[in-house]
Amino acid sequence: MTAANEGRDRLLRFLQTDERDVGCQKTMELLHVYVELVVAGEDPERTYPGVTEHLRNCGPCIDDFDGLLAAVRAEVERD
Amino acid sequence: MGAPRDDKGVAGTLPDADTVAWIEGLQPPCDPDVQTRLHELLLRAARAEVSRRAGRLRVSGPELDDLAHQAAHDAMLAILRKLDTFRGESRFTTWAYKFVIFEVSGKVTRHFWARAAEPIDVEALDRLPDRFGFTPEQAAQSADLLEAVRRAVQEELSERQREVFVAVLLDGVPAEVLAERLDTNRNALYKTMFDARRKIRAFLVAHGYVDASEGR
Repeated sequence: MTAANEGRDRLLRFLQTDERDVGCQKTMELLHVYVELVVAGEDPERTYPGVTEHLRNCGPCIDDFDGLLAAVRAEVERD
Repeated sequence: MGAPRDDKGVAGTLPDADTVAWIEGLQPPCDPDVQTRLHELLLRAARAEVSRRAGRLRVSGPELDDLAHQAAHDAMLAILRKLDTFRGESRFTTWAYKFVIFEVSGKVTRHFWARAAEPIDVEALDRLPDRFGFTPEQAAQSADLLEAVRRAVQEELSERQREVFVAVLLDGVPAEVLAERLDTNRNALYKTMFDARRKIRAFLVAHGYVDASEGR
């Protein structure tokens, strides 16, 4: 039995690309719509699989997503 | 991204009453009270976002608040300039928050750039195991694979792809910062990195280091 090698797994996951990935520009365009789906408890991946795939791989975009989600949730809590 | 799926926005949804009120109040002639309320909202969001990212900023106190004020101000201008592009796909405030988040993101980047303009380290490939959290035992087990990745980076990537791969992945240069250094944008940089990842993986598959289905 081969021992688990998490380093190797992480490296190969990083190298894996998905053609559905829409890139930063499209993700930035749709981010407000995507975040509202998340806040509404819906599954945004069903509507925007390419954005979901991008957010799995792009650090700057996931950072912006986290920030926008926090802003919208803070507003929902204030209302 | 070779043939990216073009995820579409939501069209044809009716805006809520608050959204209609925001748009009416901000359209020329702009209602000063509405503009003031929008600025307050943006400033609150900017302060929260600056605070959320503060751990990476290496600044504190008044400097952070200045950054939040600048972000709120610039977001306000961008929103008023682009108001006619709002398509009602979300609540107005969600759309507006996006501008302030992007402003904070950009300003954090420029701040980082001002303080960390180190040259790109092209000898960084030795750090590959550390970057992916290999233990020494795991690195020894995967020595052939790691060497193959280094070969792929050196032999398969274009000079530009290699520079981006090393800077972002191994030197930890933020993508926004590198985009400024290379006079490009975040999207183009991501595409360069995407192509680099695909090339390296194809090399590993072609040379039998991984199965085509592995890592999926």
